[in-house]
Amino acid sequence: MTSRIDGDDTESLADLPPGATGEVESVDETGPLGRRLLDLGFTPRTPVRVVRRAPLGDPVVYELRGTRLCLRRSEAHRVRVRRS
Amino acid sequence: MSADAAALPGVLRLGLVGSPNSGKTTLFNALTGLRARVGNYPGVTVERREGTCRLGGRNVVMVDLPGAYSLDPVSPDEEVIGRVLDGELGAAPDALVMVADACSLERSLLVLGQLLARGAPACLVVTMLDELHARGGRLDLERLERALGVPVLGVVGHRGIGLGALRETLARPESWSRPPVPPPTPALERAAWADSVAHTVLSERPGVHRLTEFADRIVLHPLAGSLLFIAVMVAFFQLIFAWAQPAMNAIDAGVGLAAGGVRSVVPAGLFADFLADGLIAGVGAVVIFLPQIVLLFSLLYLLEDLGYMARAAFLVDRVMSRAGLDGRSFVSLLSSYACAVPGIMAARSIPSPRNRLVTILVAPLMTCSARLPVYALLIGAFVPAATVWGPIGLQGLVLLGLYLLGALSALCAAAVLKRTLLRGDTLPFYMELPSYRVPPLRLVAGQVWGSTAAFLRRAGTIILLVSVVLWVLLTFPRVAPPAGVEGADARRFALEHSLAGRAGHALEPVIAPLGFDWKIGVGLLASLAAREVIVSTLAQIYAATDEETSLRSAVRADVGPDGKRVFTPATVASLLVFFVFALQCVSTLAVMRQETGSWRWPAFAFGSLLALAWTASFVTYHLVSALT
Repeated sequence: MTSRIDGDDTESLADLPPGATGEVESVDETGPLGRRLLDLGFTPRTPVRVVRRAPLGDPVVYELRGTRLCLRRSEAHRVRVRRS
Repeated sequence: MSADAAALPGVLRLGLVGSPNSGKTTLFNALTGLRARVGNYPGVTVERREGTCRLGGRNVVMVDLPGAYSLDPVSPDEEVIGRVLDGELGAAPDALVMVADACSLERSLLVLGQLLARGAPACLVVTMLDELHARGGRLDLERLERALGVPVLGVVGHRGIGLGALRETLARPESWSRPPVPPPTPALERAAWADSVAHTVLSERPGVHRLTEFADRIVLHPLAGSLLFIAVMVAFFQLIFAWAQPAMNAIDAGVGLAAGGVRSVVPAGLFADFLADGLIAGVGAVVIFLPQIVLLFSLLYLLEDLGYMARAAFLVDRVMSRAGLDGRSFVSLLSSYACAVPGIMAARSIPSPRNRLVTILVAPLMTCSARLPVYALLIGAFVPAATVWGPIGLQGLVLLGLYLLGALSALCAAAVLKRTLLRGDTLPFYMELPSYRVPPLRLVAGQVWGSTAAFLRRAGTIILLVSVVLWVLLTFPRVAPPAGVEGADARRFALEHSLAGRAGHALEPVIAPLGFDWKIGVGLLASLAAREVIVSTLAQIYAATDEETSLRSAVRADVGPDGKRVFTPATVASLLVFFVFALQCVSTLAVMRQETGSWRWPAFAFGSLLALAWTASFVTYHLVSALT
């Protein structure tokens, strides 16, 4: 899966500031990381909210499907989202 | 429990599967009555555990599988599940019980979808229904059963609600319905299937967990959260040190009474010496630290079950990543504060094999509870009980300093290992922050009891055995003192000429540069069995030298042949530093071997930490000698 070539309305989850919400568009990775992100619930059209960054800037807590998960920037970077 | 029960014909084997924090372990405990460890931290269930119970007149073996977000393995934990289901690790389960948190249903359905695709009989147990309702969620279990085609049951594990119906269902997997068509296999299609099932059965989705949202605003706040983190850690050590004191004094008095009582009943002689100086002194010197260990485990489990540990891991992830590790190593290393054995086993939840090995190798540097008796003895005897500020005392600060030194050197060692021997890429980092839950106190108490009992079992076997063996080594051969040598001097003479005394003397050339005399040498030899043994050894050495005084005042007053104090500030500092670094624990070496599969890594850890300990003690001794 890749992000839409003409889609300039999607951005990386890692670029969303704390407090922002969006919807998952796709996961840009087909390896173990990509499969695990899907297992964790980062499937298309899932609403996601950026809760907070760690004091030292990384990782970041996200809220999706009623649970809180934290990902490092390098992992969140693989998730394309559409900001709402 | 165990493979024997599994091998019996006619015994039903049920495998418990569920994602971390699904309430799986609580359910396992409720069904089997076993006090297994239940945590609120993702990945706490790292070992495969079995428990037996009788359900509907049948003997059932419950196999508690590690928590998993998927059957498509990323971590060693998840790999275990596939191998158990395939029957590669003992007999395969006859049927599978999927445990799902009602508040994150879709995620569990993804795993259930994978289970159903394998074709084994399965049923779904939905937990946390009370939390779902509290958050305004509505779940139709009957509709879920129809949608999935397998039995669905709702329970509130820790309150025992729904367990009766569950037991009846679990006893008869032959009668479980099977889905007419298994769920789709491709990941995205399976995700869509899980979403559509969840959409059908959840008439109301759960709202945010208000307590979690509110608490996280403070706990995860850059300033408030960091301050809270530091406060929690400082309080942790202050409480362990100050609160345990009255109970320790009481035990101290009790052990003295017991030894005196034995001596008043048993006729004086070798046997009375054995009972009072061997058995009672040896066990007493360990039992006295139970209050501290109970406090330590209580706080550790409480913080874990509350959900704070995952937050702490989140806060320190960046620091851990500097050392090439991640926040999950933090929990393994923090558990090593209690004991490196569970800490090393907790490292199984670290997905990256390299990070896992590095965590295992540096875990022994974390200040385990077995070092506490040693630190407590030396700090209690040689650091003044002065107040520094408010309730903070000098003794507590020195203890905190030793804990920090251990943690800091663990991180440095990890960073060095990741840059040299164990270079390589890391696996993705993800971690769930579970909802805050006030754990039932009974649950915490059960966990504390389990861990304390484990410590006591060690105290009762290894330490007692070593104590008795040492008493023998300290007593035999019985060399008669020359004429004119009497009383305490005669006892010291006998001790110096015993097997242990000779071994300690033989060690002196190696340990004299560290400021240690032969008595400390005997203690160090004995502490190879377990660190805390040095305390019971010293207790024995000093009880044999001077029966009436307590160990603390005995080590304080001890004078060498040259008339100088044995325990100078430099010697005490050097000994403390030696204990920070040296890997003197047979149990840790054994569990390292179990986890890494060979003696190679335990031997490497033992050798390099011994060299580090010797060097650091040498430097400390000469530095403090020069300064004082």
